[in-house]
Amino acid sequence: MNRTPTIAGWLSALFMGLGQWYNRQYAKAVLFMAVYATGLYVAFAVLPPYLKGLISLGDKGVHLEKVGKISRLVPGDHSIFMMINGVLALLVLLVIVFLYVLNIRDAVTVGRRRTQGQDSSKLNNGLFPWLLLAIPFLGVLFFTVMPIVFTSLIAFTNYSSPNHIPAKNLVDWVGFSTFHNLFNMTGWSDTFVGVLTWTIIWAILATVTCYFGGILVALLISQQGVKFKGFWRTLFIIPYAIPQFVSLLIMRNMLNEQFGPINQYFRAFGLGGLPWLNDPFWAKVSVIVVNMWIGIPVTMVLVMGILTTIPRDLYEAADVDGASQWMKFRNITMPFILFATAPILISQFVGNINNFNVIYLLTGGGPATVNYNNAGETDLLVTWLFKLTIDFKQYNIAAAVAILIFLFIATAAILLFRRTKSYQEEDMIQ
Amino acid sequence: MKPKLLISYAVLALIGVVSIYPALWTVLSSFRVGNSLFSDTFIPQQWTLDHYKDLFRTRGTRDIQYAKWFWNTLQVAAVSTVIGTILQLLTAYAFSRFRFKGRKPMMMVVLILGMFPGFLSIIAIFSILQKLQLLDSKWGLVLVYSAGSALGMFVAKGFFDTIPRSLEEAARIDGANNMSIFFRIILPLSRPIITYISLMTFTGAWVDFIFARAILTSRDEWTLAVGLWSIIDSYNSTEFTLFAAGCVLVAIPITILYMYTQRFLVDGLTAGASKG
Repeated sequence: MNRTPTIAGWLSALFMGLGQWYNRQYAKAVLFMAVYATGLYVAFAVLPPYLKGLISLGDKGVHLEKVGKISRLVPGDHSIFMMINGVLALLVLLVIVFLYVLNIRDAVTVGRRRTQGQDSSKLNNGLFPWLLLAIPFLGVLFFTVMPIVFTSLIAFTNYSSPNHIPAKNLVDWVGFSTFHNLFNMTGWSDTFVGVLTWTIIWAILATVTCYFGGILVALLISQQGVKFKGFWRTLFIIPYAIPQFVSLLIMRNMLNEQFGPINQYFRAFGLGGLPWLNDPFWAKVSVIVVNMWIGIPVTMVLVMGILTTIPRDLYEAADVDGASQWMKFRNITMPFILFATAPILISQFVGNINNFNVIYLLTGGGPATVNYNNAGETDLLVTWLFKLTIDFKQYNIAAAVAILIFLFIATAAILLFRRTKSYQEEDMIQ
Repeated sequence: MKPKLLISYAVLALIGVVSIYPALWTVLSSFRVGNSLFSDTFIPQQWTLDHYKDLFRTRGTRDIQYAKWFWNTLQVAAVSTVIGTILQLLTAYAFSRFRFKGRKPMMMVVLILGMFPGFLSIIAIFSILQKLQLLDSKWGLVLVYSAGSALGMFVAKGFFDTIPRSLEEAARIDGANNMSIFFRIILPLSRPIITYISLMTFTGAWVDFIFARAILTSRDEWTLAVGLWSIIDSYNSTEFTLFAAGCVLVAIPITILYMYTQRFLVDGLTAGASKG
């Protein structure tokens, strides 16, 4: 009795557009049939070599070939381009499959609507938002999603200097051996563990110092009796407003061991200068202090905003109950600040894990050490990754490190979402 | 009460000095005679404008093409701003105004992808640009800056959410279609948010170091961030006053813009966190 949707669905599964024809949507049917024909042609005639390329990554490097009587150097397969093409081909294949599924679902929905006697010609004008999103979507797809997919693939190859750089040499799939090297091979694993440990210590210290530093400064300005609040706020926000690469390069000069003004002042007071950026310990202290200089203004502005949203009557009620300054701070001010800033605390922590600028521009990852492979004492995972990519061409190791950071960020993002949800539902502040 | 307040003022003054010292020191150094980092006094004994003139002069002994870098940076930042702002506005508008299938999950994806710093996949971006033959080119850099800009759409979406829907409904009754509603009603109302987005994109491209350093390899194509970094990296501290003058010129426009946009700072920070 109610067979129309089923029949339409099966017809569309058999041949795209047939179900639509059966539903008497002839224009749509023709469109889908055209898509079907193109899709089949592309999937079976155009894509296979690219997909094969993705699997093999090429089988001939640069080699000599006999042309007549002379041997000539012939360029070989470029494994990395083959990989990009392969991923693109895969993407196209997915789009075709997506359209196929869409076609079946459409046939079933329209068929159902027909049995219920609804007007099948009218479609809601839901196309406009997709039109708006089309170009941004492509941009994100090609420069955010594809790179992530592609990075994950590189981690499973041996794409690295000196022996596996196309177009001179081929790159091959090697499975998990890159990760195996990263975790177990002396040299790599020592560096990885060392850099990872410092990254975590750094992220915790950098986040905590900026967070509480910012809260303290905000409270200091918002104190009763302090005048010119706007002036102080503007003055303290200056470090935030100066472009980071400028202020960090300046700091690098200020902390210069021989000629920098900081050590000059130390000497003026009769103290010996300190090797701010050249000693492993002091370099770590320097990056954290300089990061406070950059990061505190942001938390300060945020907390000053929150302080104004705390309802006055809470404090008045506390006064009636005879609460001391400290008790009011502990039981009213602090919970409000913590509650409102908790999601930001997580994103700042993630931001510090990836705080490339402060490290790379200030110390360049240095001071150098013999214990690490291609990394220095203050290198974070991200700066190490950057050096591995740009300076040392160890792409596979860099990609493996990137995947690990991805996994970490994804975890943090999920945490943040949980937190955000509670934030939205509890609605304590509104 | 009084002594406590006095201590507060002392601490505030101290923080103020620390906040402003590096900037002040750099500005003063840029007017100092000589080229060394070292100086006996904080305030220069002799003042000069030579370093500023020097930036735009070519000298055989060194390779500092400040004017060229400035022009490159301006081009990259301006074009990225135009493309990036348009993409971001379109995305934010679509998510704010339309209820379509998959909207919620897509917003979730945008939020998560927005947390991934783009430079993590720098190896891949590098290869993709190489394939497009855009490596070591300003336009490759522009592509990288503007392509992902849709991910930062939450502030703009929050803004669009506050524009009353009744305006559009009234226009629709008067026979306006989607296009004319967007261009004739929404855009004119969105001046503040357009200013904000374009300023943020502009400064973002102006100050970025990572991608510029990775993608641009020849000195002619460099932006200011890479150029200034190379002055410090290759000349160490021997050209310091020149470097200081270069810094002052780059930093002044951006610092002013940032001081202007800082009232949006809180919005920007909390947008992703509370408007999911």
